[in-house]
Amino acid sequence: MLLQRRPKEEVVSIKLSLTVNGKAVTADVDPRTLLVEFLRNNLALTGTHVGCDTGQCGACTVHLDGRAVKSCNMLAAQANGASVLTIEGVAKPDGTMHPMQAAFKECHGLQCGFCTPGMVMSAIDLVQKHPEADEKTIREGLEGNFCRCTGYHNIVRAVQLGATGMGK
Amino acid sequence: MGATDQGVIGQSVRRKEDLRFLTGAGQFTDDVNALRQTCGYFLRSPHAHARIRRIDLSKAKAAPGVVAIFTGDDLTGVNGLPCGWLITGTDGKPMNEPPHPVLAQGKVRHVGDQVALVIAETLHEAKDAAELINVDYETLPAVVNCVDALKPGAPQIHEQAPGNKCYTWALGDKAAVDAAFAKAATVSKLDIINNRLIPNAIEPRAALASYNRADESYTLYVSNQNPHVERLLMTAFVLGLPESKVRVIAPDVGGGFGSKIYLYAEETALVWASKKVNRPIKWAADRSEAFLTDAHGRDHVTHVELAVDKDGKFLALRVHTTANMGAYLSTFATCIPTILYATLLAGQYTTPAIFCEVTASFTNTAPVDAYRGAGRPEATFVVERIVHQAAVDTGIAQDEIRRRNFIRTFPYATPVALTYDIGNYDATLDDAMKVADVAGFPARKADAAKRGMLRGLGYASYIEACGLAPSNVAGALGARAGLFEAGQVRVNPTGSVTVFTGSHSHGQGHETTFAQIVAGRLGIDIAHVEVVHGDTGRIPFGMGTYGSRSLSVGGTAIVKALDKVIAKGRKIAAHLLETAETDIEFKDGKFTVAGTDRSKAFAEVSLAAYVPHNYPLDKLEPGLDETAFYDPTNFTYPAGTHICEVEVDPETGVVKVVNFTASDDFGNIINPMIVAGQVHGGLTQGIGQALLENCVYDNDSGQLLTGSYMDYAMPRADDVPSFNVSTQVTPCTHNPLGAKGCGEAGAIGAPAAMMNAVHDALAPVGVKRIDMPASPHRVWQAIQSARA
Repeated sequence: MLLQRRPKEEVVSIKLSLTVNGKAVTADVDPRTLLVEFLRNNLALTGTHVGCDTGQCGACTVHLDGRAVKSCNMLAAQANGASVLTIEGVAKPDGTMHPMQAAFKECHGLQCGFCTPGMVMSAIDLVQKHPEADEKTIREGLEGNFCRCTGYHNIVRAVQLGATGMGK
Repeated sequence: MGATDQGVIGQSVRRKEDLRFLTGAGQFTDDVNALRQTCGYFLRSPHAHARIRRIDLSKAKAAPGVVAIFTGDDLTGVNGLPCGWLITGTDGKPMNEPPHPVLAQGKVRHVGDQVALVIAETLHEAKDAAELINVDYETLPAVVNCVDALKPGAPQIHEQAPGNKCYTWALGDKAAVDAAFAKAATVSKLDIINNRLIPNAIEPRAALASYNRADESYTLYVSNQNPHVERLLMTAFVLGLPESKVRVIAPDVGGGFGSKIYLYAEETALVWASKKVNRPIKWAADRSEAFLTDAHGRDHVTHVELAVDKDGKFLALRVHTTANMGAYLSTFATCIPTILYATLLAGQYTTPAIFCEVTASFTNTAPVDAYRGAGRPEATFVVERIVHQAAVDTGIAQDEIRRRNFIRTFPYATPVALTYDIGNYDATLDDAMKVADVAGFPARKADAAKRGMLRGLGYASYIEACGLAPSNVAGALGARAGLFEAGQVRVNPTGSVTVFTGSHSHGQGHETTFAQIVAGRLGIDIAHVEVVHGDTGRIPFGMGTYGSRSLSVGGTAIVKALDKVIAKGRKIAAHLLETAETDIEFKDGKFTVAGTDRSKAFAEVSLAAYVPHNYPLDKLEPGLDETAFYDPTNFTYPAGTHICEVEVDPETGVVKVVNFTASDDFGNIINPMIVAGQVHGGLTQGIGQALLENCVYDNDSGQLLTGSYMDYAMPRADDVPSFNVSTQVTPCTHNPLGAKGCGEAGAIGAPAAMMNAVHDALAPVGVKRIDMPASPHRVWQAIQSARA
């Protein structure tokens, strides 16, 4: 697992141009740069976390053109021309929390806070697709996001409350 | 609780820490960067057991971006990682304690053992260079099972541990137990495997070490649960540095569950190397490294026997356990299957004679140490599985056999060295049975049967020893550190308060709970209270967070400091109000002359302390800033009953948790919302152990087979139900908060309740034994075997 690595590729840079949290961004990056690395290292948007680097845990979830994606599972180059929304861009510019963020606080849907940005990004996407989601749909919809702290109980409540808030 | 408490205590105050986590503004270790930072990467052993013949670094050192590469040979003057708990064996000798090198020296002993530290300008360059390191290994046979490791002819892992034995240790009166068994009406027996778990905090471990040549000081950011202990162990035992030259900061930490208590090799190597390269070095584990190198949990093999008289009273309990230490002794590894395990084997029962013998062995696996519950889930599993079996064997109902044996007189000295101060086990059992609607279970079972499903009900009436720990008791039992806690309450001139606590919060919500205590006791707005934790540069001292100790020990230290603040404030107020100190009452944030309306607000008194123009300077120092160290006089004893209801599909072997009820007694509660959240999380980890999670090493090669989330089944949102949680209260008798601790209870009670439910469901089809995890494959096979 640790030993099987690709032979070293020749380093060339790739020019990227995309929108992140509503702002135009251009950069030259190593072609093997992952989207999550680009967000964290190049743009200092450290709210997007790396929990497993294999697309399993969901801590790195962001929205790409309005759809939840795992940013550790795609190259930055694949986001060229796209619009990316990270957790830093979810609240209003004046700091007012998005209804889903407010619901997570109200329902104690977070503890250590590490999975939380990815969880919120997935939850918003889930409610956008299923505004009337019941508990079963919510639990199935959050299958791609691990939380080791909350036991999901309060996350489910938060998504239900967040859905109500988003519907208003 | 005292007369000055305000409404904020006991309320589900929403958390102060949430805004930063919800907006991406949290600062986890990997989010922190330093100027001129380099990247560290560890080359790890691909073999479970091998001699290192030669390491060729020549190509790697010449690779682009490489700053330095270090191996074990370079670490001259650096000691091995220490073990914090000395266990003395039944032979009267100290445990075998082989060296735990920071980087491998001559030999590797588990897959993932760190062999070299590569430091480069970028992570990609460090990884590329690591691929160019040529290590000539002579592979050796490996052993991964803790029982196999003790057999004659097993591969020998350490010269200093003949037969791979760390210790054989025992507790209790063997002769009394043997005598009681001779008179038993029924003897119930079970063989139990407590499956090995990988903690899997979602934030992988990370560290950022810097050296400042100007003052020869080090700064370490590290994802850790107890930065002062990390500093103490690293400086005093390994690197030989004065503590004053090392600042350890554990900023936001993304979950710990025990796995971040310890001093690990990685951050130690980074601190040492940061001086060598004179640049900051960042390392963040990827998930594969976390699986391979985070300290694992559990991994016991046990035989248990319970002697019962004709009335269903327990006469004696006999337990033999083999525990896996892994390849090296992690910081607290040795006390987990002994001090935190055998002492809990009385459970909630009056069993008069108990004997437990534990043998700990070394294997070619990652070190094993505390994981949520740490010894107490293992003890609860042994006690509650054998009690379940005794009920089956005697034909007494599950609740009834428990009631016949409950301890009801307190304080109660168990035959295994603890004295329970208080509890009410009937209350939590009654409450749980009511909430779980046990009365309606037969109807639900009949309904399930109509659908072809097997329904089962399982109980676990657990107890835990928390609030670690009275230092003198721990010391007598082998602890090499104290277990007190420190708290500092700094009242700022205009009346806001900054609290410095040695407890560390990594999800537990201390910034809110501790602020509630301070706001409540001082009668001030909770918005004016800030809680600071996780920084040796700011906090007097601390023993950190584990063993459900933060509120009962860390919170009490804060209360003791608050008492000093109020006492001094009373003196200042007496001066300002020109009266005797004895006439001053402190209530609702005001110092009042008793029986009058003359008073000084808290902020007026704090201002006088810092602007002492009218102040008794001849009798009192200015300032209002008090520190307290609190060492508990006993453990606390949270207890409760968990009831699990499962449905098993005999056609597929799938076990579904249809209902889970927890009734817990945590003593007084400061924030019910946070307490419920802790229980939910613990239950899910407990259900994870019982249903899904299992760490598996290949018996021959010693390779970790469950080294990714594709192989290690973590509980996901659709694997668990919503929970019914409630609390009963008997306040702890020996701390001023009356608090017992709630962090581990879920993980302690749930596995036993869950597996008792599975065994109850499968009893009608003749299945006698299912080991954790009760995966569909295992359950289906057991059903087929029983039918055959």
